[in-house]
Amino acid sequence: MSPLENHTEITSLEPINGVSVADIYEILQEVKDPEIPVISIVDLGIVRKVSVGNKIEVVITPTYSGCPAMLEIEKNIRKRLSMEGYDQCKVLTELSPPWTTEWMTENGKKLLQAYGIAPPNPKSPNEVNCPHCKSKKTTMISQFGSTACKALYKCEECLEPFDYFKCH
Amino acid sequence: MSNSLLQYTLQQADNCLILGQRLAAWCGHGPILEQDIALTNISLDQIGQARLWYQYAAEVEGKGRSEDDLAYLRDAWQFRNVLLVEQPNGDFAQTILRQFLFDSFSCYFYEALLESANDQIAAIAAKSHKEAIYHLKWSSDWVIRLGDGTEESRKRMMKAVGFLWPYSNELILGSEADLQAQKEGYGVNLSQIRKIRDDKINQVMQEATLDIPIDSHDQVGGKIGRHSEHLGYILAEMQFLQRAYPGLDW
Repeated sequence: MSPLENHTEITSLEPINGVSVADIYEILQEVKDPEIPVISIVDLGIVRKVSVGNKIEVVITPTYSGCPAMLEIEKNIRKRLSMEGYDQCKVLTELSPPWTTEWMTENGKKLLQAYGIAPPNPKSPNEVNCPHCKSKKTTMISQFGSTACKALYKCEECLEPFDYFKCH
Repeated sequence: MSNSLLQYTLQQADNCLILGQRLAAWCGHGPILEQDIALTNISLDQIGQARLWYQYAAEVEGKGRSEDDLAYLRDAWQFRNVLLVEQPNGDFAQTILRQFLFDSFSCYFYEALLESANDQIAAIAAKSHKEAIYHLKWSSDWVIRLGDGTEESRKRMMKAVGFLWPYSNELILGSEADLQAQKEGYGVNLSQIRKIRDDKINQVMQEATLDIPIDSHDQVGGKIGRHSEHLGYILAEMQFLQRAYPGLDW
């Protein structure tokens, strides 16, 4: 699924003042999650809406209510857009509908896997494969991990511990 | 905007903040690393939920106070949290049981609140409900593990049950703000939640081989600002910086 298809609302695909929504999404691909710097905020599914016009407006939603990265993400969006010459931008936070791992792109899941984090598997949340040796024989060590979005697992075959990005 | 709506919002905000603050005190003191992380993760969720509620309360109040003003510049008698959440951490067993008694309410409370006639409240509930389900799973597992565990863990759980049970029902006993909220459609029917909650508590306590006290006397008052002596101490610690250095920022 491309990041564009994955998003609920796209106001206009036609460029306005020479800028299209797709252009902005491309720039936002460069803004990474500060806690998992391998995945972009677009692939993570927290960018909910982008509109272009006199001002560029980006709507984001938190993964978890207490996510301490939200302020940082907002700052990074502004910084990145400003680097590309877009100084007039507004970043809004919306709660509803609540974020779900279903909004994570396939590309995002591949990147997590390559980084050593087992990606969420909404089709069968209890089947967690080891991101290192791909074994299905894994055990949960702890429901909670290094960040609110992860749990701790251990592989029974290669014996490596790993993070699992839990279904939410 | 109505005063009931503000009180109702503060009830939820204060519950989340005080419990979050209590759990945060476990940071670096958990019995094992994984559970230390669990306690602080849950704390973070509660404080995140508290922020959502305070931001909305500040908007409802409309007097220019911010979420921080509401958290840091009110005194104990203005807090609307239930007595349960301000009770001391005690040992791990007491913290676990307090969490379970809270989660077994908040999970079903948020679920019912998804139908709130107030869009902002429904949105906060939808965000928080997913987190509460996860917390309830964790605290239920631990009540069972400790209750049906070793002689020592069981003894400590029984002690925690004796200490905390009087505070277990305030959550489902309606305050004036709760009743008004239900009447106006933005709140929930607490007696319906009580049934589901009681079933969950009975099932978990049975699995944990723990008896529910039959002669427990309900302690209430937090929802109208009558607190136990413990709240003042938490506030003193939590609010110190803003009181000593008003407006101090990071």
